[in-house]
Amino acid sequence: MSASVSPIRNPLVTGNKSYHDITEDICSPTERTPTPAWVLTFILAVAGLALYVFCVGWTIYVGIGSWNLNRTIGWGWDITNFVWWVGIGHAGTLISAILLLFRQKWRTGVNRAAEAMTIFAVMCAGQFPLIHMGRLWLGFFIFPYPNTRGPLWVNFNSPLLWDVFAITTYFTVSLLFWYTGLVPDFATVRDRAKGVRRRLYNFLSFGWTGSAKHWQRWESLSLILAGLATPLVLSVHTIVSFDFATSVIPGWHTTIFPPYFVAGAIFSGFAMVQTLMLITRKVLNLQDYITLEHIESMNKVILATGTIVGVAYLTELFIAWYSGYIYEQFAFYNRVLGPYYWSYIGMMSCNVLSPQIFWWRKLRRNVMVTFVMSIFVNIGMWFERFVIIATTLARDYLPSSWSYYTPTWVEIGLFIGTLGLFGTLFMLFTRLAPVVAIAEIKSILKDGGDQYVGPEVARKKAAETTEAH
Amino acid sequence: MKTYNKEVLYGLYNDEHDMLKAIREARAQHLEIWDVFTPFPVHGLDNALGLTESRLHISGFIYGAIGAIFGFGFMTWVFTRDWPIIFGGKPYFSAPAFIPITFELTVLFASVGMVVTFYTICGMGPGILNPTLDDRITDDKFCIAFDTTNASEADEDKLRHFLNGSGAAEIDTKNI
Repeated sequence: MSASVSPIRNPLVTGNKSYHDITEDICSPTERTPTPAWVLTFILAVAGLALYVFCVGWTIYVGIGSWNLNRTIGWGWDITNFVWWVGIGHAGTLISAILLLFRQKWRTGVNRAAEAMTIFAVMCAGQFPLIHMGRLWLGFFIFPYPNTRGPLWVNFNSPLLWDVFAITTYFTVSLLFWYTGLVPDFATVRDRAKGVRRRLYNFLSFGWTGSAKHWQRWESLSLILAGLATPLVLSVHTIVSFDFATSVIPGWHTTIFPPYFVAGAIFSGFAMVQTLMLITRKVLNLQDYITLEHIESMNKVILATGTIVGVAYLTELFIAWYSGYIYEQFAFYNRVLGPYYWSYIGMMSCNVLSPQIFWWRKLRRNVMVTFVMSIFVNIGMWFERFVIIATTLARDYLPSSWSYYTPTWVEIGLFIGTLGLFGTLFMLFTRLAPVVAIAEIKSILKDGGDQYVGPEVARKKAAETTEAH
Repeated sequence: MKTYNKEVLYGLYNDEHDMLKAIREARAQHLEIWDVFTPFPVHGLDNALGLTESRLHISGFIYGAIGAIFGFGFMTWVFTRDWPIIFGGKPYFSAPAFIPITFELTVLFASVGMVVTFYTICGMGPGILNPTLDDRITDDKFCIAFDTTNASEADEDKLRHFLNGSGAAEIDTKNI
């Protein structure tokens, strides 16, 4: 059986790899002693985590008064960070689910790390609504559990409660999807390990044997989970946008929010995947698996979603003017030229203007440019949420209650702290689990390996046929 | 460690296409294959082995339907029977507002149910250790295994001969 050779499709695995090389390359980072770079990054991340623990402790001890929220601006950095992290948590499931359904084989190089990123980002996101409650120990009130007060139930008509269900479901499903994908790869690590590590991976690999029937069920399960996760991922950010869109605040009460939030989430998620993968592939020597091909594909997604987001910003402005409704017009006038004009500039330049450089193929395939751009997009998307939340609240219906908001050190510490939490989890993940899906890479080797496909191979084959004639 | 109390004769192949060819050959010769182990899902293996399609997706549908009915039914019961409250002038039975949670519960029930079913029917789970034939099966070897617990010497020779002739790189027996 010979694979058909496409001269236009570039290889997804380079370096003339055999199956054993793939196992060796991807398992070895979990087997050798950590490099100094890893240790240093890990220490930095744990320091961030410590800051996070301290700031949460402070918030609980002193109370929400340690933040600068006021009667007018009730949502500040906390909810901005929540939406930012949830958005980042969208790329993983998008890559693994939607790209699986679309049969995009390049996803195999990045899906594992992207899914891990999703799970950790959603964990970070979940922190903010919880500490925002103030009395964290009453957090379980958000669930409809049978209680002795009637029972008094939660309000199922409230978008904030929909959010609870959306985020918990999203987290659970992403975790199951990710772990089910990991099980065969844990088995690979297990079968190479000795001593304590063997015992650890015996536990983690759930007794995987690689039987044909198990693979068949595994593939069926992956496909159905992907099918379920696809509408799920779209629903989650839609529901997050409902937190705003179903309110009656001018600037929030818009029907464009669901698609605009979803596009923004994919945009920021891919940017974060780029940031992480560019470092990971370098540090763990995975350039043969996460190739320029992968980076270029993701940059195309960033360009497309960034432009969608840009169109949404302009549509909002147009509709505000076109509506003839003065409060709406004022809200958007204020968004662009009001006291927070600087965040609007930050958002527009990072999210809409700068990704346009990816129209050039050379820049899409440049690692350094991509890295800088991914940071820009991360910053821009944070600004977007800040623009939506703070500028809208700062100038409400009553001029007498207009206000301005700057965060306290506690709020800044919480944000930096979640970066530490995220970093710690991600660094542990790179030590414990194969960062690239081993089994899936092996399954595309003969359609995507550079010894089987690509312009080079096609040219060679063509030369052989002419010689034969 | 679980055990099957079986004596297994197996051959390891270096390439999935050799293995697929061997499987077709074995089925043509009416040799009964106990199981096949591969490091990754090999395309066309189900057909070659004659495996019936997995019914896991049917279970997923059932779990999802349960989740949908439970979610929608529970919210309806709470807001029309147990503790009716008017929210924002909406009717007690405000079905459109129930849809987001109904959807989330459908997905949650279907996913969790299917994953639990998957691990249960495969005999897997945290801490469970199933016997394996060779450590390299999860790396780069493709394994065809025959159950020789009650096989006569002549049968075993025939299987050994088959494995040898079909390109197996290594042949061995193991009690598992």
